[in-house]
Amino acid sequence: MTVTPLGIPRRLVEFTLDGEPVRVPEGSTILDACRAVGKDVPTLCHGDTLTPKNACRVCMVEVEGSRTLVPACSRRAEAGMEVRTRTERALHSRKVVLELLASSVDMSTTPRAAEWIEEYGADPGRFGPDAARLQEQPRIDNELYVRDYGKCILCYKCVDACGEQWQNTFAISVAGRGFDARIAVEQDAPLPDSACVYCGNCVEVCPTGALSFKTEFDMRAAGTWDASRQTETTTVCAYCGVGCNVTLHVQDNEIVKVTSPHDNPVTHGNLCIKGRFGYQHVQNRD
Amino acid sequence: MRKRQPKTYTRLTHPLVRDARTEPFRRATWDEALDRVARGLERNRGAFGMFSCSRATNETNYVAQKFARVVMGTHNVDSCNRTCHAPSVAGLAAAFGSGGGTSSYAEVEHTDVIVMWGSNARFAHPIFFQHVLKGIGNGARMYAVDPRRTSTAEWAESWLGLNVGTDIALAHAIGREIIHAGLTNEAFVRRATTGFEEYRALVEPWTLSLAEKVTGVPAAAIRELAHAYARAERAQLCWTLGITEHHNGTDNVRALINLALLTGHVGRFGSGLQPLRGQNNVQGGGDMGAIPNRLPGFQDILDADARHRFESAWGTALAPHYGLNLTEMFEAMEDGTLRAVYCIGENPAQSEADSEQAVRRLRQLDFLVVQDIFLTRTAELADVVLPATAGWAETEGTTTNSERRVQRVRRAVTPPGEAREDIDILCDVAARLGHDFTYADAEAVWNELRSLSPDHHGMTYARLEEHQGIQWPCPSTDRLEPTYLHGRLWESDPARRGRPAPFGIVQHDPPVDLTDERYPIRLTTGRRLDSYNTGVQSGGFASPLRRGEAIELSPEDAEHYGVVVGEQVRVTSRRGSVTAPVWVDPALRPGLAFMTFHFPDEVDTNQLTIEANCPIAGTAEFKASAIRIEKLPVATEVPPLTGLTTD
Repeated sequence: MTVTPLGIPRRLVEFTLDGEPVRVPEGSTILDACRAVGKDVPTLCHGDTLTPKNACRVCMVEVEGSRTLVPACSRRAEAGMEVRTRTERALHSRKVVLELLASSVDMSTTPRAAEWIEEYGADPGRFGPDAARLQEQPRIDNELYVRDYGKCILCYKCVDACGEQWQNTFAISVAGRGFDARIAVEQDAPLPDSACVYCGNCVEVCPTGALSFKTEFDMRAAGTWDASRQTETTTVCAYCGVGCNVTLHVQDNEIVKVTSPHDNPVTHGNLCIKGRFGYQHVQNRD
Repeated sequence: MRKRQPKTYTRLTHPLVRDARTEPFRRATWDEALDRVARGLERNRGAFGMFSCSRATNETNYVAQKFARVVMGTHNVDSCNRTCHAPSVAGLAAAFGSGGGTSSYAEVEHTDVIVMWGSNARFAHPIFFQHVLKGIGNGARMYAVDPRRTSTAEWAESWLGLNVGTDIALAHAIGREIIHAGLTNEAFVRRATTGFEEYRALVEPWTLSLAEKVTGVPAAAIRELAHAYARAERAQLCWTLGITEHHNGTDNVRALINLALLTGHVGRFGSGLQPLRGQNNVQGGGDMGAIPNRLPGFQDILDADARHRFESAWGTALAPHYGLNLTEMFEAMEDGTLRAVYCIGENPAQSEADSEQAVRRLRQLDFLVVQDIFLTRTAELADVVLPATAGWAETEGTTTNSERRVQRVRRAVTPPGEAREDIDILCDVAARLGHDFTYADAEAVWNELRSLSPDHHGMTYARLEEHQGIQWPCPSTDRLEPTYLHGRLWESDPARRGRPAPFGIVQHDPPVDLTDERYPIRLTTGRRLDSYNTGVQSGGFASPLRRGEAIELSPEDAEHYGVVVGEQVRVTSRRGSVTAPVWVDPALRPGLAFMTFHFPDEVDTNQLTIEANCPIAGTAEFKASAIRIEKLPVATEVPPLTGLTTD
């Protein structure tokens, strides 16, 4: 017996990926197909719980017959497509995108950024010292999380997570237009004056560390943050009966960060303020 | 507003004992403390009660109820589920024979009408509400029934702001409207229910205009909800403590279930009844038998076959009658027939309605042992305090959520000092009282439970891991059941359909604590987004949203009493009196006030609430007290003597 109704059965679509035939369920993206066969395509703005935004352009691949490169994260696979992920044009595009991003924002806390910059031979310094750069100071206006827009690549994931895709609080938005567009809280308000409910679901999806938990921010500033010494244990939140799965990141027997598995049927990676931040009582040890 | 001095609790790290309640606690070894517990319980055999914990794991609850039943020979075991959702369990069990919510979170995303009744899920169950928002995004219409225009109601198609305690009147009027409009699901009523004719007669007097008078909800709004619910292809009816925390909470639940029976909105994907539970394992505590009338697996103590299975497994005789529930245990303390209590992780000194009375009763005990992670107000009254591990972060085991999903909890941090796991402590006390409870680990406890509870039999730890939790019932280790309960009601073969669900014949009964000239304001209680219950856990983090306890008034009432935000006022009920600062909330209607019980060390709201209990489930009427508001005499500033001078 099936657990949930399956709906209309999905057909498999066959296409060619780097010369090899692959079959994926109808509706899958090129990125899904790449990951299914273990091909590494870099992504930043892609979120596994969010609708693709096509903002960062770092996942571009070449499709036979297409005038332009296409973003792997949003382009659906079609029967008979011929996709090449590592053509010179695609690699060059990724290199330039990484150079543009890394020259304008601080990518020091972006997971894998340094690895990709090396892999694609990107040189973020080549635009010289006058390259436009966001010189923003971290905004610390509450005890729970910090906004460091100097690390923001404008991927819009926090806007979508705070908005209609998950939280529906709409505290985070885009202020300004064109070159002046930047992520802001309402009309550039401090968090405590905004509609923010401190669920931290924006921090959960942020790909660069522009949004980070205060604990992590403080430990990084003090030089004590060491992800390699942290354990991650998934358990169930102790507040209310919904039963959200929480992953506790523990360093030296202290909970330093709380996330939630994105494929969890209860949370889909989302938590509320209590689950995300309400752990301190356990470690009030003296 | 005054500077808040929140009480923060630090972890207990070693056992505490004392010879008399007048003495301060002193540190003791585990051996001494456990010996004292054994002696204290031994001399009170036959007068013992176990308060198990709705936040502890299933495994702890299983061992705690086994301790009560096998070591102490009593069914007096219960938990604070009595103060919240016991009526949901009692009501659902009376109708369907099983006390769980009938549907799953994912189904709310694929339904057509969602009724949120007495539930501010946006604050109290935010992640459940995300599923509701998905449902709304997919085209479902949501209706909010609540005396307050809550942040949940902001998302509703229509808000039905009923008077506190008139839920049955409203439900009956909806039922009558459905019947009169010819929207009854006649085939379902005929095949899967009993008592329809009685129900029809019961609701017949509840015309829309009478309901409007009693509930304060416009007739047109009642009619709209009735038609929307009855015409929907699929509909979910969700409720929280606004339904259950009344003196007639079980009747309230039955009145809602009647609507699902009338329309066939139960037992199908997307159609169901969903009580939202307040604590991480309040569902599991009951499932594990930590309630006075059920054995593990929700098996009735009066069922001789079930009893015999447990008797042979446990090597003991089980009395063929129910034990005392939490409310009755407190009453038994008063008359001296309950003299010893083993309290695991509960804080009844602050969570019970009429908390002064609860504290007085706890003081009368001959012996009180409290096993907790903090020195709570209840622990301060104890003879022995045992430091335990935090169920969710320091213990291996499982908990069961509101959609009956059993999920693994895991040890992520090492407990402080000498704190020990609940199960190990219970087993050590059992050994001192001559019973050999030995378990290699939590999984061994779980496997014993699986061998005794058919509903949990198929849930091995490995499968729980593989499926990210499994919903009960799960009798087989190689397949999963549907996500909703009671599909049997739709079978065409009467034998497979099983016992039809009876309509609940329940009468409207207004709140016990009436408002009058002296107590003109109706006080109701609830939760805020960033805080939790008595605040022992949630007080530990710095929430930017938290502003402490306050008496929330409507703008009209604030103006009437001439009070402003932040001003301290005296709040008095027929039982007690507290002072609290004022907050003005336009979501309240005139005559309605709101408080939480998150900050009992600042404002002890439960001094005001009434201990008027549901006779079936024992839950107190936290949601309806009558109060009055008095302006405090202003601390008069001495005015400068300007009157004597001229310009």
